[in-house]
Amino acid sequence: MAKQSNNRLSSPQELEALRASIIKSRDAQKPCITVCGGTGCHSFGSEGVTDAFKQEIKRQKLGDKIDIKVTGCHGFCEKGPVVVIKPKNIFYQQVKAEDIPEIVSETVVKGKIIDRLLYTDPATGKKITYEHEVPFYKEQKRLVFGSNGLIDPNVIEDYLAIGGYAALAKALAMKPEAVIAEVKKAGLRGRGGGGFPTATKWETCRDAEGDTRYIICNCDEGDPGAFMDRSLMEGNPHSVLEGMVIGAYAIGGHEGYIYVRNEYPLAVKNAQIAIEQAEKLGLLGKNILGSGFDFSVKISRGGGAFVCGESTALMASLEGKVGEPRAKYVHTSEKGLWEQPTNLNNVETWANVPLIIKNGADWYGKIGVQGSQGTKIFSLVGKINNTGLIEVPMGVALKDIIYGIGGGIPDGKKFKAVQTGGPSGGCIPESLLDLPVDFDELNKAGSMMGSGGMIIMDENTCMVDIAKYFVNFLEGESCGKCLPCREGLKRMSQILTDITEGKGREGDIELLERLSATLIDTSLCALGSTAPNPVLTTLRYFRDEYEAHIKDKRCPAGVCKALVTYSIDEEKCPGCGLCVKACPSEAITDMGKKKPVVLDQEKCIKCGACYDVCKLGAVVRK
Amino acid sequence: MTTKNKPTKQKLTSILDSYERDKGMLVAILQDVQAEYNYLPKESLAQISEGLDIPMTQVYSVATFFKAFSLKPRGRHIINVCLGTACHVRGAGRVLDEVGRQLDIKPGETTEDSRFTMETVNCVGACALGPIVVIDGKYSGQMKTDKVKTLLESYD
Repeated sequence: MAKQSNNRLSSPQELEALRASIIKSRDAQKPCITVCGGTGCHSFGSEGVTDAFKQEIKRQKLGDKIDIKVTGCHGFCEKGPVVVIKPKNIFYQQVKAEDIPEIVSETVVKGKIIDRLLYTDPATGKKITYEHEVPFYKEQKRLVFGSNGLIDPNVIEDYLAIGGYAALAKALAMKPEAVIAEVKKAGLRGRGGGGFPTATKWETCRDAEGDTRYIICNCDEGDPGAFMDRSLMEGNPHSVLEGMVIGAYAIGGHEGYIYVRNEYPLAVKNAQIAIEQAEKLGLLGKNILGSGFDFSVKISRGGGAFVCGESTALMASLEGKVGEPRAKYVHTSEKGLWEQPTNLNNVETWANVPLIIKNGADWYGKIGVQGSQGTKIFSLVGKINNTGLIEVPMGVALKDIIYGIGGGIPDGKKFKAVQTGGPSGGCIPESLLDLPVDFDELNKAGSMMGSGGMIIMDENTCMVDIAKYFVNFLEGESCGKCLPCREGLKRMSQILTDITEGKGREGDIELLERLSATLIDTSLCALGSTAPNPVLTTLRYFRDEYEAHIKDKRCPAGVCKALVTYSIDEEKCPGCGLCVKACPSEAITDMGKKKPVVLDQEKCIKCGACYDVCKLGAVVRK
Repeated sequence: MTTKNKPTKQKLTSILDSYERDKGMLVAILQDVQAEYNYLPKESLAQISEGLDIPMTQVYSVATFFKAFSLKPRGRHIINVCLGTACHVRGAGRVLDEVGRQLDIKPGETTEDSRFTMETVNCVGACALGPIVVIDGKYSGQMKTDKVKTLLESYD
């Protein structure tokens, strides 16, 4: 590790000299084992894998011949823990601690590939050796997210070695107005939800009257099913910081905040470390790179309220108040935190800024489509084969994401819908799978880009249940300040609950539509005005499912507890008794060997435990 | 998460001082207090109000607004069942029911022996592993109803 990193850099030249010395001190051909330390891989046991590597390298006395690096999320969470061996980028998946001695002596030392750890392409059945050849990655364009796999987020030298903070040096040599013009020309739009043009926001904030200007990074990723901001902040915090400093310089702000969810402890920790490192090097703090420009950043942890993703609520929370939004007659870019002009962008937006400055607006503008330039990171989750984080140029068709990168639906099930945009978004049906994914097309379909959650649903998902899920979520998260949102969501939740419990009545659908219209027109903030989207889109595309619940008292997907019954298929049941043990209410009786079990409907609480344990399909859910 | 420390004036003073008694840091201060005691003791709220020179109503409203805070003592182990969308479509609701049935409590409640508190969270951002149950910060992914009992038994 380069020792120079403790000295403050006082000019762009010193930054370049440091970068050159870091690169020189590193041997690009030296084997380096990278272990993904993202939350997904961590939960699959990547820490044990890293420890095993360290021990094995020590045991074989290879400490000076092999490097080991724990990186941020690689995106392919489904196959964790993921290990990539450089320089060749050999890709091993679902690695366990017991595999380590073999990996070190065979692959790292002798260069031999261990077949069983390779990824098998389910489409062709072929084993794939290198990371860049895995179809999941091949179809992506990982401009923002790709560096995660190359760096240790706690080592600033790693970020510098891949060109980090060069964009900052370039921006500081430009006029602030020219920085804004460049971002405007690139067409960057906010990645957090609304898709508002970033440069316009910056301009308004810069031109607003005030004693000071605040710069905020929104890492309060509250959309359930979205975790791209988390993974960026955990895996590459310096890219976010660099974007923030550039933005602060362009706007003329000297104080910044990173507002991060407390449920993301690793993001808090890595952001804190990054701030300290950048300060030490003079890339943050007073007189950044000798330019005379000052900017400091503090971390503020959120208290777990979805509404705090809304700018005015977030700022109220930053002031130590309840996270309630206010009416935006005056925008926060003019009067925000402590009544001063405040610019808020989300994590992914900030991380795009260094790319634009470094490579130029012309280069950036060629990626994506007109009106939605650049790439977008999505979390591809739910009923999909390749779960994980993906980054694609905007304008890619939904079906290419789901069937190309995502590898389709597991267990041969049928695709039903994809939900985008979180609780403010909507469900898109199969008939719209050719839809290009960009800000405007998603809006037209009744959904929205949101922060980039993409939840795939198969035939076993009940769309009324999904609508109820989001309405219940929002009812709980509504701050209660304005009546339409507070009361409207409560009534919608009651109606939807009745429908899913078989108590739906004629006219319920129309009532839901009327309530939705009221919420859209009269809610104070975007939480309320977008809340009906999941209901309206499911009504628009899956009305027949609502009608089946209301008229036939039937849940076609077999999800709504009150409307389903469990039974035993006597032909398939071998009487193994697994379900008997699993049943918490003693509703299933063992009738002896090789005789089918008997289910007592009176005692059945419809928990589905028997259905989960039976691998033979002998438990039938209807 | 197993702290059962008695609230002391000194501890609170040191937390308040670490934020230079900045009113804007109320949420962070409450988080630190909760990390120390596992919940927000009544007397600590009063002391925060005094220490930051803000009305008790403001401290109380913030403490009850955010989901992360509890005004009741919680169990030795905190169970968080993720109810994010990805977990939901993979059957998190049934996992939640099963945890509740095993412990005979509802979300937000604590078992009589103070062993467990069961809470729900809207997404922990590890959707690939859903459904997820987090106990004391440790993630258990791909949960199924029949795995719940064994998981709970591994905590004393």
